[in-house]
Amino acid sequence: MLVGAADVRRFIERYADLIDEHADELTELDAAIGDADHGINMRRGMHAVRERLPGAETPEAVLKSVATTLISKVGGAAGPLYGTAFLRASAAVAGKETLNEADLVALFAAALAGLRQRGGAQAQDKTMIDAFAPAVDALAAAVAQGVDGHGALEAARNAAHAGSDATIDLVARKGRASYLGERARGHRDPGSWSTALLFDAAAATLGGPVQ
Amino acid sequence: MNTAVVVVSHSKALAEGVRELAMQMARANTAVWAVGGTDDGRIGTSADAIRDALEQALHVANEVVVLMDLGSAHLNTVMAIEMLPEGLRPRVFMADAPLVEGAVLAVVAAASDDRADDVRLAAEEAREMHKLMSGGANA
Repeated sequence: MLVGAADVRRFIERYADLIDEHADELTELDAAIGDADHGINMRRGMHAVRERLPGAETPEAVLKSVATTLISKVGGAAGPLYGTAFLRASAAVAGKETLNEADLVALFAAALAGLRQRGGAQAQDKTMIDAFAPAVDALAAAVAQGVDGHGALEAARNAAHAGSDATIDLVARKGRASYLGERARGHRDPGSWSTALLFDAAAATLGGPVQ
Repeated sequence: MNTAVVVVSHSKALAEGVRELAMQMARANTAVWAVGGTDDGRIGTSADAIRDALEQALHVANEVVVLMDLGSAHLNTVMAIEMLPEGLRPRVFMADAPLVEGAVLAVVAAASDDRADDVRLAAEEAREMHKLMSGGANA
């Protein structure tokens, strides 16, 4: 499988569509345990991202454009977090015109490393890491077993959703929800949900041509 | 000027209020910048706006100490420092301190011409300052 800049642009456009569709839901999740702006921030950021996409001609350039726009346009923690993730993803595919399965693993693993470094969250802190880390693990494991891009991204997507579901029972140790203590239990982490949507978008667009 | 102070809050009004309060302790050699809100005027923090304030502060002072409120204020301050030209980055210090008391202590130290690392330490002493003699709710 090989995907190019056009596929990466479709990935980002699909993510922008999903954020639009789920913006109210993301904000409602954030209202329950945070500052009620995650959907608003992400929608605003992804709208600006979409406007700047057409000029980007390589996977690296597309991802870098997303990064710098999110850093500038998203007011909450999601800006620096997703911005750093996309910046690291961009660097991981620098110089490549097309991406294979191993490149996709490198791309998402670099994004995860950036998130961990920027936010300092561990597993089970009730953050986007709880969806992102299992998704990257599932992607890497599937590719290592020789699963094709579609199958590997489907596994990643399923792991991201399961990881997000598992945040419902957690108490938050990072982010605004950590101020709520036990009262955060019973609510899904909004960042984990926007991360699950990111892997939905990836699974729909980055698997390469259907064999 | 040795050290300028930058106050970063999610709220523009809060940042400006903290600046106003801390400037009561200032002298002619003291400068405080207040940064708050997103670039479209909502509650939040903006890495771009913080970077602009840091650049302005470093234009008049050798070093800068940054005071921050909640979570993403710190994340966006780190981003802002990384956006600065490399030579400026070592001149910025973040204080791990409560915003209001930390800013007052930082301005007092900055007004005494302290270097940034001492201003930062002064601000961080705010964590140990108690308002009630006994520490009890009804004392």
